[in-house]
Amino acid sequence: MSDQELRRQHVAWPGNAVEVRSVIKTFNAGTPKQVDALVDIDLTVESGEFVSLIGPSGCGKSTLLRLIANLTEPTAGSIVVNGKPARQARVDQDYGMAFQQAGLFDWRTVVRNVELPLELKSWDRARRRARAMEMLELVKLDEFAGHRPWQLSGGMQQRVAIARALAAAPELLLMDEPFGALDEMTREHMQAELLRITAEAGTSVVFVTHSIPEAVFLADRVVVMSPRPGRITELVSVELGDPRNTDTREDPLFFKKVTEVREALRGIGAKSADELLIEGVAEER
Amino acid sequence: MTFRHVISTVWPPVLFGVAFLVAWELAVAAFDWQEYFLPAPSVIWQAFVDNSDIVREAAIVSGQNALVGLVVGTVLGVAMSFLLMRFRLLNDMVSPLAVALNAIPIVVLVAIFNNQFATTSEVPRRLMVTLIVYFVVLVNVAKGLRQVDATHLELLHSYAASPFDVLRKARVPNAVPYFFTALRVAAPLAVITAFVAEYFGGPQNGLGSRITATVSGSRATMWAYVLAAMLLGLLFYLVSIALESLTTQHRGASPKGDNT
Repeated sequence: MSDQELRRQHVAWPGNAVEVRSVIKTFNAGTPKQVDALVDIDLTVESGEFVSLIGPSGCGKSTLLRLIANLTEPTAGSIVVNGKPARQARVDQDYGMAFQQAGLFDWRTVVRNVELPLELKSWDRARRRARAMEMLELVKLDEFAGHRPWQLSGGMQQRVAIARALAAAPELLLMDEPFGALDEMTREHMQAELLRITAEAGTSVVFVTHSIPEAVFLADRVVVMSPRPGRITELVSVELGDPRNTDTREDPLFFKKVTEVREALRGIGAKSADELLIEGVAEER
Repeated sequence: MTFRHVISTVWPPVLFGVAFLVAWELAVAAFDWQEYFLPAPSVIWQAFVDNSDIVREAAIVSGQNALVGLVVGTVLGVAMSFLLMRFRLLNDMVSPLAVALNAIPIVVLVAIFNNQFATTSEVPRRLMVTLIVYFVVLVNVAKGLRQVDATHLELLHSYAASPFDVLRKARVPNAVPYFFTALRVAAPLAVITAFVAEYFGGPQNGLGSRITATVSGSRATMWAYVLAAMLLGLLFYLVSIALESLTTQHRGASPKGDNT
């Protein structure tokens, strides 16, 4: 069974994980400093799908993620997460989130960091602890449960952050360059771990990154974005199959997809962006 | 911290201190300095032992003033920092003033307080200590409550955490090291303020007023009071760092951490 099928099996909500419709995000609207961060964004993330958002700085990929997370509101358009408005999804803790900084609380032990979202959901202590330990086993850090975050390496801290993001069993994981600060070796290891973990937990993922190989290795679909104004220029399907491992990185198809994304980023793809958009939408059907 | 580590960090200052006292003792003998100029350490120690009862009584008076002011000032400072965090406008009005006041020797205000209370009252001194401690604690704790890691705030926002949850889970724990830093600064400052406040009148029962009272008498006794004042300041400081290390030993070297 493929990772994606495995993910789908777990999902309670049968519809799409994320539906972004005609979204516009403008900062400082009506002032000389007006910035069109995002224009005409349409994006669907299916249940169990892993989608990477890639683009140069200022293309609005992080803004798009923050909109899905309802950490900011769109200027126009609608965002539906797990079949409900984004705000409701946030209130219901329907998604877990991980940032470039692990953002662990130094005054808490590792296991108590993972318990944090569960505390906010008012789970009782025993249930919290059991679930947090389960999550730490998933990221293979259960023996560090009693450690303090600063005693862990950067990669281990990110794994704790991922365990925390998954603790409340969200069906959706939103990640904003979580491996950006890691060295290349740790990064590749973390990517493989992330695929394993999200497949096991059955989670849909929206993953923001700067790295082309990272976007391709992880995703079922890579969303290529361009800046000024921020928009989606291309959708690249990555049919690399599952499970993906070290061999995948040496697969000719992997290189082909990396090249495809790179050319899309350079804006020298064979087809116009519009045609590819249509093609991308067709592939979703 | 290992025993070996303690030894290796303790001996240099101890060695220096002992060498300094020996040099002092020898210098007094060699240059035949008179007691009014500079008494020898041995003579000061003798005066300290001979007058131990009245020195202790004076130290208790000053120590109480410092302690009462320290406790009241800390409580008020913490309470006010929560209010400042809760009410933005209040913060914008008060914070710059608090920072500015920390740089001004407001201890001179005690002369005014002395006029407002009975001449036998300890209240003006305690009020002065309270005021100074209050601003130190206020400025630091308010900073700790406000300067929370942006990622932590985003994270809690993504959990739809209430403002109270944000306070409980992020702001207060974040402010704890700032609180102890404030206490470490405020504790010796409270003692100093208690002494200095005594120079501006009021009852002649504390270490500060004893020092000024004995200026024209036995110099060795005056130095004994100075010694007691130093010991009292040291006591306050040591207790404050002991409290800090008790609560922060699990936090690691840097309270902000290193997420890279």
